[in-house]
Amino acid sequence: MKRSSRDTATSARRVSRRALVLGGLQLGVMGALGLRMRQMQIEQADEFRLLADENRINMRLIAPARGLIFDRNGRPIAENAQNYRIVIVKEDAGDVDEVIARLQKLIHLDEGELERARRELDRRSPFVPVTLTDQRSWEDIATVAVNAPALPGITPDVGLTRNYPLRDDFAHVVGYVGPVSDYDLSRMDDDDPLLQIPKFQIGKTGVENKLERRLRGKAGTKQIEVNAAGRVMRELGRDEGTPGSNLQLTVDAGLQNFVQARLALGHSAAAVVMDVRDGDLLAVGSAPAFDPNKFVRGISSADYALLTENMYRPLSNKAAQGGYPPGSTFKMMVTLAALEMGEVTPDETIWCPGYHTLGNRRFHCWKRGGHGHVDLEESLQQSCDVYYYELAQRVGIDKIAEMSRRFGFGHRFDVPMSAVTDGIMPTKQWKRDRYDKGWLVGDSLNAAIGQGFVLASPLQLAVMSARLASGSAIEPRLIKSVDGVETEVKGGGPLGVNENHLRRVRKAMYAVSNSRRGTAYGSRIQDEALALAGKTGTSQVRNITAAERARGVTSNADLPWKRRDHALFVGFAPYTAPRYAVSVVVEHGGGGSSAAAPVARDILLYALHGKLPPLESYPTSQRQEIEEMQRTLPLSPLDRDGGGRSRA
Amino acid sequence: MSYLEYNVPRVPRGVAKVFYLNWALVLLLTAVSAVGFLMLYSVAGGDLSRWAEPQMKRFAMGMVLLFIVAMVPIWFWRNMAGLAYLGSLFLLVLVELIGTTGMGAQRWIDLGFMRLQPSELMKITLVMMLAAYYDWLDVDKVSRPLWVLVPLVLILAPTFLVLKQPDLGTALLLIMGGGAVMFAAGVSWWYWGVVVAMGAGLVSAVFYSRGTPWQLLKDYQYRRIDTFLDPSTDPLGAGYHITQSKIALGSGGWTGRGFMQGTQSRLNFLPEKHTDFIFTTLAEEFGFVGAFSLLTLYALIILFCIHSAVTNRDRFGSLMTLGIAATFFLFFAVNMSMVMGLAPVVGVPLPLVSYGGSAMLVLLVAFGLVQSAHVHRPRGP
Repeated sequence: MKRSSRDTATSARRVSRRALVLGGLQLGVMGALGLRMRQMQIEQADEFRLLADENRINMRLIAPARGLIFDRNGRPIAENAQNYRIVIVKEDAGDVDEVIARLQKLIHLDEGELERARRELDRRSPFVPVTLTDQRSWEDIATVAVNAPALPGITPDVGLTRNYPLRDDFAHVVGYVGPVSDYDLSRMDDDDPLLQIPKFQIGKTGVENKLERRLRGKAGTKQIEVNAAGRVMRELGRDEGTPGSNLQLTVDAGLQNFVQARLALGHSAAAVVMDVRDGDLLAVGSAPAFDPNKFVRGISSADYALLTENMYRPLSNKAAQGGYPPGSTFKMMVTLAALEMGEVTPDETIWCPGYHTLGNRRFHCWKRGGHGHVDLEESLQQSCDVYYYELAQRVGIDKIAEMSRRFGFGHRFDVPMSAVTDGIMPTKQWKRDRYDKGWLVGDSLNAAIGQGFVLASPLQLAVMSARLASGSAIEPRLIKSVDGVETEVKGGGPLGVNENHLRRVRKAMYAVSNSRRGTAYGSRIQDEALALAGKTGTSQVRNITAAERARGVTSNADLPWKRRDHALFVGFAPYTAPRYAVSVVVEHGGGGSSAAAPVARDILLYALHGKLPPLESYPTSQRQEIEEMQRTLPLSPLDRDGGGRSRA
Repeated sequence: MSYLEYNVPRVPRGVAKVFYLNWALVLLLTAVSAVGFLMLYSVAGGDLSRWAEPQMKRFAMGMVLLFIVAMVPIWFWRNMAGLAYLGSLFLLVLVELIGTTGMGAQRWIDLGFMRLQPSELMKITLVMMLAAYYDWLDVDKVSRPLWVLVPLVLILAPTFLVLKQPDLGTALLLIMGGGAVMFAAGVSWWYWGVVVAMGAGLVSAVFYSRGTPWQLLKDYQYRRIDTFLDPSTDPLGAGYHITQSKIALGSGGWTGRGFMQGTQSRLNFLPEKHTDFIFTTLAEEFGFVGAFSLLTLYALIILFCIHSAVTNRDRFGSLMTLGIAATFFLFFAVNMSMVMGLAPVVGVPLPLVSYGGSAMLVLLVAFGLVQSAHVHRPRGP
């Protein structure tokens, strides 16, 4: 086919025209595209850049190192230990089950832990490291590291976890940390973002709990770049945060160790040692105890059941939480109230026939035959009940309560331990409020010998003896310094009690321990310079019926443990220049002189010597027995000889 | 077909043809492809072997093909147009029967060394076919209804097959590329008025048919339209692509974040970052300057083609050049509109830049045809 040249020319012109139209259209569209670019990349650039940054930058929290806790000599009580973990990354592992099976041939893996890890692996993105097991030994970690080629995706990892090197000794005082729970969150009213970190450790009890905010520190942050799937690409910036404050406690780890070991010889007991001069708590013991490290790891339900079902209540901090009838240790308060009221003079004698009659009721003295004529010193020394029935009747409960309050009864001391009790110091008003009943004189008589409504904790009893010894209103102190800054010593003002009266009472307490007829003579300190002044107490936890009294009171040894008397002792030493005050409560331990006083003496001697005391401090007849006790006492090796520490 | 029509004595021969090539166009194509290599290197995170290297190899291969095609006289290609069109159509049918299913669409035939997308081939062969048709047709008959119907059938047959795959983007490109050739050939303005009216009718039909048994598009295509119209309705689902792409583009600013510093694409916020969305990486890393430069390169390619077509007195060569230019234009215009949120996400690559073997080869062969028309144009009086 042949085309004429005219044809071609016309067609070419038409094509050219249309081509220009097409070209114009295309250029127009391109212009629009260019304008759109300008609009997005120049006019709205800031807006989009912001969106891009939000897309990719993520904040992650860095948990600060928790503050350490030391004893007064700088010995660590709570520290941050390396926590060796084994971590798996699914996408690196390939066949997860195969790799775990291989790992199981090398080290033991808990089935429960494994189940939890498997669930997490299913849930998380494949590149997120999941902890298979933690709190592993260094050997396990080494085993895994050596076999790394056979374990793709598995890496040993190290983090920080709380460790209590002294184990049971400070279980009650310092308490323990544990992973934060939903319940904690609902209760705490704390918006610290750290709490949102899974398994973040917070203080659950004791000092760990009460000073949580100081110990926790401030969260650090790191800015990381993530991709759309959340995978971390790189770190952009980091703010380390502030580690928690380090605490130094007033307690002496060596003494505490001794106290715990000594208390553990009884079934269930508590003791508090306090510095008479400044109120420093040197030891706060409660037996039996438990290993707080178990709680850090997450205690097994079997172990937990063992603790809760134990009738000696190892979880309870008896020294601060326990309210006990103070028994005869309360008699000093009655004496001082009566002396101050002028209702009795130190030398006045009262006749004790073995009972006190009130209306048609008889209030018995512990000594059936009675003590005969007793003055202040004799009554305290022999713990005559009738003398105090008489005094209480003269003074009235409200005056006794007023005096006791000066010594700390009914007051909750501000010490950072869990559930510190305020005990009960009853008054007429109190009984009306509480029971809607009038106060009876009989109630006063019961209170006079520390029975009935009166309840006090070992901590309160220790404060009482410290105040008796010093004559000043010292306050117990548990935190010595925070981050090296000494905490204020509170109290120390005058008690407002006549010093002459105090002196008479102290002298009587000296007699309790050092006079042949004293109830605690058997637990005296032989070294005159360190002589002990104290008071025994035996408080009933049951009513003795008239019928039983007629038959003869059943001896404690024949009663079931729960119904035996509590044994108590309060005291201080040295008598001449008081340094340490002590209180001991042996739950259902029987008599104060036999069960509590020896414990108190042993504790005071250890405190005074700063180590196991020499046998010369003990009466000759007891030395063999004491030596045996010292030898078998399960002390930590460091504390047997005081560990070469400087004495407090 | 007469050899003499082309005034053979004045057509360059042998190696001399090389001097008659449109070298500026070759240079522009190389420049655009180089931008592609750079971006592919960048989105692979500095890994040459992942995308950039295979792309370079294909470019080299494509360039060789371009020269070979350019050296072959244009009348040979005109004579081959019918065969090429039928061959492509056959392959499209074949892909329907044996094509490998990938990404929910049957689009390619595995040749072993590469995956061939017959739809890519069809974009060019359709243009060739139409150009040859109008070259053969008397100019007076161009606007006669019967003679308008023939090219319509030629366009709609492959479009129907491509839509079945389904590949909406290519279908639109075929219609618009074919339309461009028809327009350039001089089909009366009246028809275009009708086409615009019908287009509006079709759009409303598409919308109204939704949810009815005779629904014209697939559900995912409707969703794409929805998210195009309002990406914020589904920022993490289907609207995600558009939103992220816009963020990447917009955050580039004037000069961008710098080469290899594009956070959006580097961090996988962008889908298909090496293929359909590669322009966002360019825009993010090189900003407005980079994005506009690429647009300018494209514009120059179009201008050179139009210039070549306008100055070419051969009807076939001229129409084919215009058709290829239009197709090329549609590629990048649709792609850019899509990533800038001006058009729905339809899956059209950025020509010569996006990673993809068949598209690269087919485009370079097409420009080989353009060069052939340029070299073998009728000269003299």
